Amino acid sequence: MASISSTSPARTVAVPRVVVRHSGLVRVCHWVNALCFFMLLMSGLQIFNARPGLSWGQATQFKNPFFSFSARQNDDGSLTGVTTLFGRSFDTTGVFGASPGPDGEMEERGFPAWATLPAEQDLAMGRRWHFFFAWLLVLNGLVYVGNLLIGRHLRDLLPTRSDLKAIPRTVLDHARLRFPRGDAALRYNVLQKLAYLSVVIAFAVLVLAGLTMSPAIDSAFPWLVPLFHGRQSARTVHFVMASYLVAFVAVHIVMVLLSGVFNNMRSMITGRYRIPEEAR
Amino acid sequence: MSRALLMSRRSLLRGLAAGGLLPLSGCSLDSRSPAVMNVLDRAEALTEAAQRALLAPRRALAREYPPGAITPYFKPNGSTDPENPGYVALRRSGFADWMLEVGGLVEHPMKLSLADLRALPSRSQITRHDCVEGWSCIGQWKGAKLSALLAAAGLKPQARFIAFFCADSLDDPPNDNDRYYETIDLIDALHPQTILAYEMNYAPLKVEHGAPLRLRVERQLGYKMAKYVMRIEAIDSFAGLHDGRGGYWEDRGYEWYAGI
Repeated sequence: MASISSTSPARTVAVPRVVVRHSGLVRVCHWVNALCFFMLLMSGLQIFNARPGLSWGQATQFKNPFFSFSARQNDDGSLTGVTTLFGRSFDTTGVFGASPGPDGEMEERGFPAWATLPAEQDLAMGRRWHFFFAWLLVLNGLVYVGNLLIGRHLRDLLPTRSDLKAIPRTVLDHARLRFPRGDAALRYNVLQKLAYLSVVIAFAVLVLAGLTMSPAIDSAFPWLVPLFHGRQSARTVHFVMASYLVAFVAVHIVMVLLSGVFNNMRSMITGRYRIPEEAR
Repeated sequence: MSRALLMSRRSLLRGLAAGGLLPLSGCSLDSRSPAVMNVLDRAEALTEAAQRALLAPRRALAREYPPGAITPYFKPNGSTDPENPGYVALRRSGFADWMLEVGGLVEHPMKLSLADLRALPSRSQITRHDCVEGWSCIGQWKGAKLSALLAAAGLKPQARFIAFFCADSLDDPPNDNDRYYETIDLIDALHPQTILAYEMNYAPLKVEHGAPLRLRVERQLGYKMAKYVMRIEAIDSFAGLHDGRGGYWEDRGYEWYAGI
């Protein structure tokens, strides 16, 4: 038996409790979604590169879009990549505006080759990848949301009143990398609830904004365009939501790594989750 | 906690079975191999079927805008000044000698001057032009209703598509054997907003926008809206035209149905 320090409460060392944390359906949806997200992101950046700027309203502001990537040719023939945001310009050579193409030659392109699908500039191919995975994402999302509603799992994601009160304390706990243990580890804490709920909503808005860019869908559902304040606004919302999801994924991966990567990964692959033992 | 079930073998199996979806990604495959293209094309067919199904019951019109919404700048795209001598000669004479040929699977092949086209039932509309590249402009268009023209020509029962053959070539250098062309089906050809535009923003159509005649198919993307239209043919299939995908950009990998 392990030694027990005098400051710890006496306890018996129990057999680790292992539970099925995520249902098979949720696990499948998670990984299909992850795959779709990365394929859609990279093909989406390819599509964005065909017009690497964003406008608000119905039509494109060609002169001074509030956000754009562009390239400037210098006297010696070299290219400078320029990112412009709300009238301010930044030199982003090598990453945004001008970066090496798949052949290593510097070229004018919004996002760099390593971030786009395919790597070379090819709008037609980017669109084919994008719409294929868009269908998969939507069908997968319908299964997930259907399960959320029919299986009454929505309440797992909806913060309660006491959850909301606990926000400051939970933020502090996260900042100190103190993660819940025991049964509390099986419930989503309020930050998880808000993050996961926001992701479900972000995906829904993302898909709607994407559909609003379609002239055919706009004709079938005329309310979509005003909902987003115009087609170019919808394109901007689509981009911003995708950016939000990129930020989510980055934080998500960091949290998975920090809070027990093996246990977390196992719980999302086989479902098995080992409950972290109660306090020290 | 209701989810904290004991691990079951069943759920593990379910997870593995669903893993069978992953090879669809083709990440590790050559992204241009015929097998990958074949899978991706299925999504294209699904998109077309879904959008057609959504649009069919209501013959929905594309949104039309008030005059104040017309954008001061309308980006000319693709060809903006065709160089072939035949077109240049027509342009120099202000298209006075230009004639639109209408043929193929029609009862009455015709040749129409601009004056003949202006005499046909027309429609004026202020619509948003969405380019496949992602930008949009709003402009006013007026032109002969394609449905009226086709009614006058009399479509034969075998006719399934309308093909538009243009004066311009986007090849570099321009290639007269590879001029711009487009095809649409009869659903779009007979749609009330499908017009052969000779007027843009209340003035005769400019060369950069496709003078003397440009197709407008408002529920699809810009590349469907052929400029510099010289000849129209009713056809039963576009498999025999150029690379067989139904249009200049379609032959270069873009979707034939450009609803999104």
